[in-house]
Amino acid sequence: MIIVFIYSLLVKGVYGGIIFEWTIKNYERAFDWLYLQIFYESLKLAALTTLSCLLIGYPVAYVLATATAGTRNTLLVLLIIPFWTNFVVRTYALKLLFSEQGPISQMGISLGLWSEPIMWSNSSGMVWFGMLTNYLPYMVLPLYVSLEKFDFALLEAGRDLGASAWNNFWRVLIPLTKHGIITGSILVFTPALGEFLIPDMLGGAKVMLMGNLITEQFLKMRDWPFGSALSIILMSVVVFGLVTILRIWMKEDGKLKPEKA
Amino acid sequence: MERSRPSPPWFAQTVTALTFLLLYIPLVVLVIYSFVSIDPANGQALFSLEWYKQALQDDELRRALNMSLWVGLWSTLGASIIGTATAWALDRFSFPGKQWLDALTLVPLVIPEIVMALSLLIWFVLLKFSLGSISIILAHITFSFSYVVITVRTRLADFDHSLEEAAFDLGATPIQTFGRVSFPLIWPGILSGALMAFTLSFDDFLITFFTAGVGSDTLPIKLYSMIKYGISPKINALSTLILLATIIMVIFAFRPKKSSQSQTEKLKAIG
Repeated sequence: MIIVFIYSLLVKGVYGGIIFEWTIKNYERAFDWLYLQIFYESLKLAALTTLSCLLIGYPVAYVLATATAGTRNTLLVLLIIPFWTNFVVRTYALKLLFSEQGPISQMGISLGLWSEPIMWSNSSGMVWFGMLTNYLPYMVLPLYVSLEKFDFALLEAGRDLGASAWNNFWRVLIPLTKHGIITGSILVFTPALGEFLIPDMLGGAKVMLMGNLITEQFLKMRDWPFGSALSIILMSVVVFGLVTILRIWMKEDGKLKPEKA
Repeated sequence: MERSRPSPPWFAQTVTALTFLLLYIPLVVLVIYSFVSIDPANGQALFSLEWYKQALQDDELRRALNMSLWVGLWSTLGASIIGTATAWALDRFSFPGKQWLDALTLVPLVIPEIVMALSLLIWFVLLKFSLGSISIILAHITFSFSYVVITVRTRLADFDHSLEEAAFDLGATPIQTFGRVSFPLIWPGILSGALMAFTLSFDDFLITFFTAGVGSDTLPIKLYSMIKYGISPKINALSTLILLATIIMVIFAFRPKKSSQSQTEKLKAIG
């Protein structure tokens, strides 16, 4: 038990350690136009990733939840394999696919679509695509758990009572799978906001996001206080978002379910 | 229990099919590329195992693999012990600050990995702790023990306390009760938590990237620096091997003898 307490203190103490070293100057610097832009870009990309994961993930989870037991298990295993595959390997596979020597670029040449090898990576679109495919399972799995519990007879009931397909979807299915939607969005948004590896590998030097900026400040520039200030800002955004979501959740639910976050 | 389920609309099926294609095309390309080498004589593509030979003979890669396994083993052990103890304490006892501890165990799950990584780095530096395999192991324990806490607590929540009372009534000592009644019952929870902890440790890039000193590269870090250096076919072979290991692990973890119910529980633990 003592070890556990030391550990819980460790996590806490870490932040205390940073706070001790601050001066306000690092924050002033963080609100510089240049960094605000990076911050805005990161938020935009993370939001875009979350939204697209939700749009693609919901139908996938729906198919999973309505499939027969055999198909469902096969699809689940197929979904988990990329999920458990090393992050670096997955990102590298994407980089290879879209590289100059990669199959897409070469195929385009032989089909006469373009004349010289094209490097598809090194763009923010590519970073978005990388995040989408990497984070999709984080969205699909909670949605699936939610939809799995959903009683599909309710949809029939809705239809019998004269609801249109659209109404049935918005007023029955979505509200009852809300928890899955919220959990999935948190699981995608939080890591997407601080992502380092994907923009680093797929974005080339052109895409600078919060995660890269912080890493650079820490490991290359050795400006730890500034890096810390940036990460505290990142952290506050995440915590603020979480608290807001949990508040709404609590209000509608009457109880808090922390293990779902 | 199977309820009646409607068949999904066609667009949902289309999206699902496309999604699986999107997820697998890059991996398939990677595997194909790993078997291809260019014949120097006429520039034709040949099937070959050359890259596998090179990857397996690479001493640095072998060292990185050993490091990954070493770190994975010890951090899994540490996370399992601490995680189980925490879950036990949170489930059984009430003590001052319990709510705080409860919330704190979830912190590693919700904060961005990068914040966690640099917090640990600052912490190690403040303590003048030298960066190396020990610091990586400690860092991995910090983020993976939450997962053990969750899986063990799920198990403890279903625990029938009268079993322990029965053991006491039949004259068992507390140690006997724990060893022969409680522990076997929560063991599956510990095991699935430990499996998660090992996977997380083996896969982790960012936290290791921050807390590894010079010369203690784990496999993902080594892979990353090789990729930064340039795309080499050796990486394809190595990545394919990692992919293969993952597939074996997933199939092992989701053996068909498990009912779909327990799979759903497992997913809940992950999600």
